[in-house]
This record gives sequence, structure tokens and C-alpha cells, in this order.
Amino acid sequence: MTPTSRRHKRNSYLLRYLIIAIALVFFGFPAFWIATIAFKNSSEYFRNPPVWIPAAPNIQQNLDKVIRTGGLTAVGNSLIVTVCATLIALLVGTLAAYSIARYRTGGNNFAFWILSQRFLPPVAVVFPVFLLFRALRWVDTFQGLIILYATFSLPFVVWMMRSYIREVPIEIEESAQVDGASRLRTIFSITLPLALPGLIATGIFTFIFNWNEFLFALVLSRTNVITYPVKMTSYFGPESAFWGEAATVSLIATVPIVIVTLLMQRYLVTGLTLGAVK
Amino acid sequence: MILQPRARSNQHSGKYALIAPATLLILFIALFPLLYSIIVSFQNIDARTPVGTFVGFKNYHDVLRDARFWNALGNTALIMVVCVLAELVLGFTLAQTLVGHLPGKRFIVPILILPVVIAPLIVGYTWRMLWDTQYGPINQVLGWIAGRPVEIVWLANPATVWPAIFITEIWQWTPFMFLVLLAGLSSINPEYREAAEMDGASGWQVLRFVTLPLVWPVMAVAILFRALDAFKVFDIVFALTNGGPGTMTETVSLYAYTLGFRNFRISYTAALTFVLLIIVSVAITVLWRRLSANEEKLA
Repeated sequence: MTPTSRRHKRNSYLLRYLIIAIALVFFGFPAFWIATIAFKNSSEYFRNPPVWIPAAPNIQQNLDKVIRTGGLTAVGNSLIVTVCATLIALLVGTLAAYSIARYRTGGNNFAFWILSQRFLPPVAVVFPVFLLFRALRWVDTFQGLIILYATFSLPFVVWMMRSYIREVPIEIEESAQVDGASRLRTIFSITLPLALPGLIATGIFTFIFNWNEFLFALVLSRTNVITYPVKMTSYFGPESAFWGEAATVSLIATVPIVIVTLLMQRYLVTGLTLGAVK
Repeated sequence: MILQPRARSNQHSGKYALIAPATLLILFIALFPLLYSIIVSFQNIDARTPVGTFVGFKNYHDVLRDARFWNALGNTALIMVVCVLAELVLGFTLAQTLVGHLPGKRFIVPILILPVVIAPLIVGYTWRMLWDTQYGPINQVLGWIAGRPVEIVWLANPATVWPAIFITEIWQWTPFMFLVLLAGLSSINPEYREAAEMDGASGWQVLRFVTLPLVWPVMAVAILFRALDAFKVFDIVFALTNGGPGTMTETVSLYAYTLGFRNFRISYTAALTFVLLIIVSVAITVLWRRLSANEEKLA
């Protein structure tokens, strides 16, 4: 390498790291700030000028307030709704995906319908559902939210699992069926174990999408089944602000998702683009 | 494979049995309510008239002449255009910066992509605290730069409320663009680039005539995904301004929510949401063409 090209290379590294440093500050700072608020007491987060590092970092005081205001119950409600909805969507969606992958059930229109569900404005979708649930007295119930989330997760599950099941060689299934295994048995003991990484990735993404959902819950929660995003709205009134509580709930709700995402990084692009980009 | 007649008819009924639970759920939760709401949209049900009578296309007619609806639609379009463009430019710059070998990349990329998986409502409230006039660090840092106290009321001042919303939205979704474009750029064979450089192409020419055309299919998908998602924007604006000051930053989703669930104008909301569905359906058809074209290319 000639000296000039080496210098050129060093300059280009310098520029790249400069851009990266700016980006890291921009994308990292809000996470840092929310985490420090959770560890501050209210005289620290309501101080002008703001304090960056709490003098005695302690999350216990905010955690106590979160528990007192029902914040942890809301996180628990979210967990129940999200886990149940995700499991139902995975079971029901995978069976449908199998049928579509192997027999082309429903043809092309079905695939298009699935895609359209992903992009419809939730407010347009939830309004009719609200009218139905009001008639069924399902507003503010676990079954209402679970069924709603499960149904609107189906498009994603079906779409993703369809492509993962297609990757399982059909010959393996055929030999199992020749040996006398029923179709359901073949699916559960042959196909799904082979598509397991895809199934787990799909499940985790479904979990994250439902976990982060706000509008459906806002419309269908009243007093019994309040999920954590709905709870967070109560921390920001016109005249009041419960920052410590809000930051702590944010942290509790986000940290597990972040850890899982880091482990699943490989699947992130596929999951976020419905497999359009791999 | 030769199937017994019985096995073949089993297979036929089996494929519908597998799809039945999903179909029932969808009919019950998605399709049936939608059909019902179409009927409602031709009636005059609201908080004072629980039993409606048919009024024809009156609600649709009113929606199309509703200034607040057009204002909300314009705001939504504004967020869509400004943010998706900014996310595209920033995401592409970052992806270009990080493509190829770079020491430390393993630790940098995970930090840059995290905003994508955080709940948009949490993002909105986090930034609400960052933008805060008295207790937020943004005014503080600007104060350091300016050398005197800065007291911008970001979220209530008509001059600053849009930039605040844009930056929050861009913070959350630039990582999506970055991630998708990084995948796209990484799949380009470096030999194309090297060949162009060997022939004396400048950095700009390589970008314009080699990199961009090759990454375009992926970029188009990313833009369409982001644009369609931006059309739904609700959580971040709800947390930051709730549409204020006044209705200045109200998006269509916020307006529909207020109409339906605060003012209980049932029939009118049904008509308005149906208009939204039509707009989005047209956009999705475009996306579908693009995606199926891509799939054919891959297959």
C-alpha cells in the first residue's frame, strides 16, 4: 500500500468513526436519560438545571411508587394478554400457514389480504371491533384483548411461518406419512421441529408487536384490564407528571425486549419487513 | 406418490380443516365487524341517538367537507414525507458508514438498532421529558451552546412543535431504514464497486451509478414499509402533544380516535375510518405489486 492510500484509508476511518460517534450519542442518549430518571428521586428529576447523574442511584423509591399506583399490575396484565395472544396466534397461524405452504389453500388473494392487515390503520380496524365487543360485553376483559391481539397477529404469523415451512423438504414429511403418521402428527413431530428457529423468531416478534401495542388497549381498557401503555398515560396528566413512575415502567417494559432483540438480531430484518428483505 | 382414494379425500378436507380456526377468528373479529361498521356508516348513530336511521351517503359527504379531517390528513402526510425522507437519508448514510469491515462493528450496530423495538408510546413519553422546558436536557444543552439559559416551550410553541415531533419520529425509525439498507448494501458484491473505481469512477459516480441502482429494490421496500407505517402514526403524537397546540399537530388516527371514543359520533367515525381504509388499500396495492415482483425475482 502506498503512503497516500494509507493516509486516505486512515482519514476515511476517522470520518466513519465521527459519524458513528454522533449517531451513538443521538440514539443512545434518550435511553441513558430514561434510565437515570428511574434511579433519581423526584427532587432530582424536577430540578432546573437538570441533574445528569443521580447522587445516590436508587430505583427502589420509584419502584415502590409504581407498585402503589398499580403500574406493576399493568405490566402483569400486559404479560398475560401478550403471552396468551402470542401462543394462540402461533398455534392457529402455523396450522393455516402449513395448509397454505403445502396446498396453496386460498391462493394469492389470501396472501394479499394478510399483507393488507399489517398496514391498515389500527384506529380504522379497532372501531368496528369496539362496536362488536360493546355488544358482547367484552370491553375491558382479558378474553377481548387476547382474542383481538391474537387475530391481528395472525397475518404476521401465517406469512412468516409459510416461508419457514416451505424450507422444510416435503420428502421428509411424505416418508413419515407413508409410515402411517397422521397429518397433525406429521406437522407437530416432523415439520415444526425442523422449522423451530423460524417458529421461535416468529413468536418473539409477535410478542414484541403485541407488547408494544397501545391503541387497541387504549380503546378496550377501562378499569379491570389495564395494560402498561394505558397505565403510562395516567402518569402524564394536564397538570401532573409522574416521571419517576413513567421512567421505571418504561425500563421494566423495555429491558427484556432489548435483551431478546440482541439475541435475535439475525432475524430482525426479515421480521420487520415480512421477509421482503433477508 | 400414489395415494389411496380415502387418503386423497382426507388431504382435501384436511387442508381446509387446518385453515378453519384462523378463518373463523378473522371472520369473527375482523370481517364481520367491518361489514357491520359499513352499515353503521350509512346511519346517524351518535351519543344522543343510539338507534339510527339510514341517511345515505351523508356521513361520507360530511367527511369530505370536514376541514379538521383535511387538516389531520395534511399533518399525517407532512409527517410521512418529512420523516421518511430524513430517515432514508440518515439511514442510508449510517448504512454506508457501517457496511464492510469496521473494527467494533459488533458493538455499534446493536446500539443503533434498539429504538426499533421500543414501544412507540414509551418513545413518545421519553422524548416528552427530553423536550421539557424546565427539566429537560435539550434546553440545557442548547443553553450551554448559547451561553445563556434557553427556555423553549418545544411542544406548545407552533414554531417548534413540528421539529420536536419530527426528531422524535426520526429517532425511532431511522434505525429501521439503517438496518434494512445495511442488509441491502451488505449483499452487494464489492467487485462491482471495485471495478467501477478501477475504471476511474469518482466516489459520487460509484454511489449514483453502481450502489444506488443495486440497492434500489431493497430501498423501495423500506420506503413503502415506512410510508405505510407513518400513515398510521398515533402513539408518538399522542404522547408528545395529543394533537396540540389546538389541533395543529392532529393526525388522522388521533382525529378518528377523538371522534369515535371521546365524542361518540359512531356513524361519522365509521364513515371516516372507511375513507381511511380506502386510501390505505390503494397504497397497499402498490406495495403488493412491488413485493410480488421481488418474490418472483428471488424465486
